[in-house]
Amino acid sequence: MGPNLLANYYETAAMLIFGIGFTALFLSRNMIKKVIGFNLMDTGMFLFLAAKGYVEGRSAPILTDGVRSATAYINPVPAGLVLTGIVVSVSVTAFLLALTVRLYLKYRTLNLDEMLQRSRRNEAES
Amino acid sequence: MTAVQNYPFALIMLFLASGVICFVLSGRIAKWYCLVLCGVGTVMMAMTLRYVLAAGESYVYLMGHFPSPWGNELRIGPFEALMAALFCAIALFSIMGGMEHILEDCEERKVNLYFASFCLLMSSMLALIFTNDLFTAYVFIEINTITACALVMLNYRNGGALIATTRYLIMSLLGSGLFLIAVILLYDLTGHLLMEPLGAAVETLRMTGGYLFPLTVIVGLLSVGLGIKSAIFPFHTWLPDAHANATSASSALLSGLVLKAYVILLIKLIYRVMSMESHAVSFAADMLFVFGVLAMIIGSVLAMGEQDLKRMLAYSSVAQVGYIYAGIGLGTTAGMIAAGTQIVTHAITKPMLFCAAGGFMGVSGGSRRISDLRGAAWRDPLSGVAFFVGALSMIGIPLFGGFATKLQLTLASIALPGWKAWLSIAAIVLSTVLNAIYYLKTTAALYSKDGTSPYDELRVTYRTLYRALYVIAILAFIILNIWQGIGSGTFTGIIREGLSLLG
Repeated sequence: MGPNLLANYYETAAMLIFGIGFTALFLSRNMIKKVIGFNLMDTGMFLFLAAKGYVEGRSAPILTDGVRSATAYINPVPAGLVLTGIVVSVSVTAFLLALTVRLYLKYRTLNLDEMLQRSRRNEAES
Repeated sequence: MTAVQNYPFALIMLFLASGVICFVLSGRIAKWYCLVLCGVGTVMMAMTLRYVLAAGESYVYLMGHFPSPWGNELRIGPFEALMAALFCAIALFSIMGGMEHILEDCEERKVNLYFASFCLLMSSMLALIFTNDLFTAYVFIEINTITACALVMLNYRNGGALIATTRYLIMSLLGSGLFLIAVILLYDLTGHLLMEPLGAAVETLRMTGGYLFPLTVIVGLLSVGLGIKSAIFPFHTWLPDAHANATSASSALLSGLVLKAYVILLIKLIYRVMSMESHAVSFAADMLFVFGVLAMIIGSVLAMGEQDLKRMLAYSSVAQVGYIYAGIGLGTTAGMIAAGTQIVTHAITKPMLFCAAGGFMGVSGGSRRISDLRGAAWRDPLSGVAFFVGALSMIGIPLFGGFATKLQLTLASIALPGWKAWLSIAAIVLSTVLNAIYYLKTTAALYSKDGTSPYDELRVTYRTLYRALYVIAILAFIILNIWQGIGSGTFTGIIREGLSLLG
């Protein structure tokens, strides 16, 4: 177990980052920390994918010096997936941040627990 | 290749493009545009369904004519075509039934944005039904997440909607994160993203006995990721707030369709990637079964204690989604057919109930509390009838849709040896009793004539155009429900054929 984890240190790091991000998104009470957690989670996955797609000693799949052999290049699909994933992640982050702004304007706090309390208080008053 | 074969792809693109077009249209035009679009979509999907049924086989649609494993594919069979046709029709009726409230609840200059989100949501759900590629599925899952949240959030003048959206979004993101990591792990193990080569590669791995532990983890991650998004117990906590605080058309869409899109994707994955034989004995099936059974009972118990009509309906959705997962968890083809039947039943019943709830709120000063809604069924008789039909269907009275599900699920359970059969039948009985208690209690409250409601003098007016749309929608829902109850062979037969072609 130990040596494998060390040998695949990219993947190990990616899973750690994913775990940290997932926990922050799930458990943190602060909206901004949640957004950061979400981005960490996605970054962990992208690192994992990019590390898996890389082969030692080969170059990016762009034709250079007329070398046409497939063994000279790495698999381009994971890179494409990472790019797509980044686009998705950016749009979700934008949505989350827009939501956070709305929440802050309404409740004047970034803490979800306090928001819930204030919203209940508002309901009780009305 | 005939013209009909292009319709699924064309419709996905049409909805995507319409999402952009609706941004520049005014709300007044956008709403009619969307209604027409859904109507056209229903016809197109019905034609596709007729085509695949006549051909007796499914077909793969290559996008850009790149063959697998390079290209991106749609796969269209009877199961997918039926679900797509149904989704378009139900979206049409939900929007028609909730139109009055959309215009009341949204700011006037944002009505077109509501319909833009709606179009994108429809396109993402159709793509989830048809797609054959896991990464495409992930991208459309995220589109679905954002647009579904937007549909809840556009009602933000309602106090709770913002926080409800936040919780919904965060739970959804956790779910899609788990789904994505599972897809990436699968890709690493097999080098494929299309379901067919992926299924073959997984089969080979299983034969050679390599990577069994990662495969189990992947199946678990996929099930839990999609399960969070379709509100499987115990990940249902986001659902009641999100569904209750949205405008009635959104509630109808979210409960009737959005929850189901993920389940359909899961069913496709089980059939085409994991294979039914290994699903039947897998840990994931047992897990889904136990969660489903718990949801059937706990969802109903939570619904009983609810004083808010829409929250009660939302908890009932948790219970009804439990039926679907119990069917999937049985691990047999009969169980899958029961799950498919329940998808249809719930998709035609719950939107009707939410539209009716919107009708009651309209004659009760916008309140959702059952105590304020006493006698509302007399003030708005059509909604009363709709709610009564929906309630009977959810309880499982013969002649209504819910009975078809319970019959199929019971038959599937009886055929099975072991603990699952007993547990499932016990849960069906208990859940039916609980359903009967809270639905009949609520119906009785809605029909009570004690005059304690402060809105007793209000009456619904049938003179507006939106009311006409509402009447058409409710009648269509009632007809669909009775059709599902009496002629349940129609849908179930198509589902049976579709599932046999999936495997």
